[in-house]
Amino acid sequence: MKAVVTVVGQDKAGIVAGIATELATHGVNILDLSQTIMSSTFTMSMLVGIAGEDSFNEIHAALKEKGTAMGVSVHVQREEIFDAMAHI
Amino acid sequence: METTQIEETIKMVEEDNFDIRTVTMGISLLDTVGGSVQETAQNIYKKITTYAKDLVAVAEQIEREYGVPITNKRISVTPISLVAGSANEEEILLLAHALDDAAKTVGVDYVGGYSALVQKGFSHGDLALIKSLPRALTETDLVMSSVNIGSSKAGMNLDAVKLMGETVKKITDLSDTANAKMVIFANAVEDNPFMAGAFHGVTEPDVVINVGVSGPGVVKRALDKVKGQSITTVAETIKKTAFKITRVGQLVGSLAAERLGVEFGIVDLSLAPTPARGDSVAEVLEAIGLEQVGAHGTTAALMLLNDAVKKGGVMAAQGVGGLSGAFIPVSEDAGMIDAVKAGTLSLAKLEAMTSVCSVGLDMIAIPGETPATTISAMIADEAAIGIQNNKTTAVRILPTNGTKVGDMVDYGGLLGTAPVMPVVEKSSAAFINRGGHVPAPIHSFKN
Repeated sequence: MKAVVTVVGQDKAGIVAGIATELATHGVNILDLSQTIMSSTFTMSMLVGIAGEDSFNEIHAALKEKGTAMGVSVHVQREEIFDAMAHI
Repeated sequence: METTQIEETIKMVEEDNFDIRTVTMGISLLDTVGGSVQETAQNIYKKITTYAKDLVAVAEQIEREYGVPITNKRISVTPISLVAGSANEEEILLLAHALDDAAKTVGVDYVGGYSALVQKGFSHGDLALIKSLPRALTETDLVMSSVNIGSSKAGMNLDAVKLMGETVKKITDLSDTANAKMVIFANAVEDNPFMAGAFHGVTEPDVVINVGVSGPGVVKRALDKVKGQSITTVAETIKKTAFKITRVGQLVGSLAAERLGVEFGIVDLSLAPTPARGDSVAEVLEAIGLEQVGAHGTTAALMLLNDAVKKGGVMAAQGVGGLSGAFIPVSEDAGMIDAVKAGTLSLAKLEAMTSVCSVGLDMIAIPGETPATTISAMIADEAAIGIQNNKTTAVRILPTNGTKVGDMVDYGGLLGTAPVMPVVEKSSAAFINRGGHVPAPIHSFKN
């Protein structure tokens, strides 16, 4: 399954590295990535490939924990939700 | 995929309180009728705990994967009066307890369908159920009830209207809050996923998943962006927003049905408020241009809102049903509470609003000393609006003993708090005590 990881928070060194390392540890492949900084707020969206439901839950929990540790807000959501809302 | 779309979706949940209000599993109990009430109660418990055993877990997993909260997981069942057989008012309580026990075992928030449909007259089971209501609603925790007393085809059962006014009073004598678990309908719908009025109609499939979406906060934010523009733009904006919200309901419902291996029924696209600020239908009406809800123009704004929500949602879902529109419960909506407190919103205006929205007089506190016949007359007025205009109307009114006009009553959680509203003190008793049947209205010559 494909999921979208979004990270929002105060910009500082190591956010991309922290999230990407966490993903790599769980064997998650990053398929696409977009990142901007607007008036010192860091925003990143990543499209990632995840093996199945069990690994989704594991990765979801790991990234949430990582986000809390780094002081940024992290969301992990399956991509269908965005398609459903924006496309007929 | 555009990052703006991703941001918009996340904002809807994080900032605008968007949620799937409920995933409701409808379960037919027609095959649970046994040779005795005890046997029926056992069969009911068994059927619910079999079919709904994974409902909560599946809904929670969907929440996690898609990042959209599913606030309630619920069950609706066949109106219990239909499966009660020859049970008397004491025995039928066994079925209420079976529902309550089953709901607790599977971990859902509510079970709806302790109901009777009496628009044309009472069966033995209907009367037993209605008489058992004060005890059923105070002895159980999760059981919700509804009684349908009128329809556009059958007219209005005035005997039932009288009986329900008395029942509301009896419930009040046992509990300040139990009336929040009971709705008195005209033209009740059979696939409604919202409580307290959900039941599983006899024409429905054996087991079905229905979904109720909400999101007044999302509509309000969208309207804030078109301030000062024409009312045509307002209608278009609401339609587009309702479309997006409903698409999420469609996705969640179809996923839940697939994972539970049951049929997907309908999406009910209702704007259902909660007491949280920013999750209010009153605030949507105010964003359309009213200084406060209850001002002249409120009925017109609500008509536009209700209609645009339906139009936007209809295309977004494979099946639309339930009540679908805007809810205007007073105690559950911060903006409504403010307007009542300020004296802007009266019971008379609320009644007018119910002629153009999806439900009726909902979650309204009135003084405890209000006579039963006055409550019956309020039910009759509301039913008349529904019966004459081919729409659902409902009454969920909360007399509270020991309170006077202006007092605040706290119902807890999603049910919120309500200011006690004044009712007209002149008597309606001679009208209600006539009893009998109000004939169905003629359906042509509509002027």
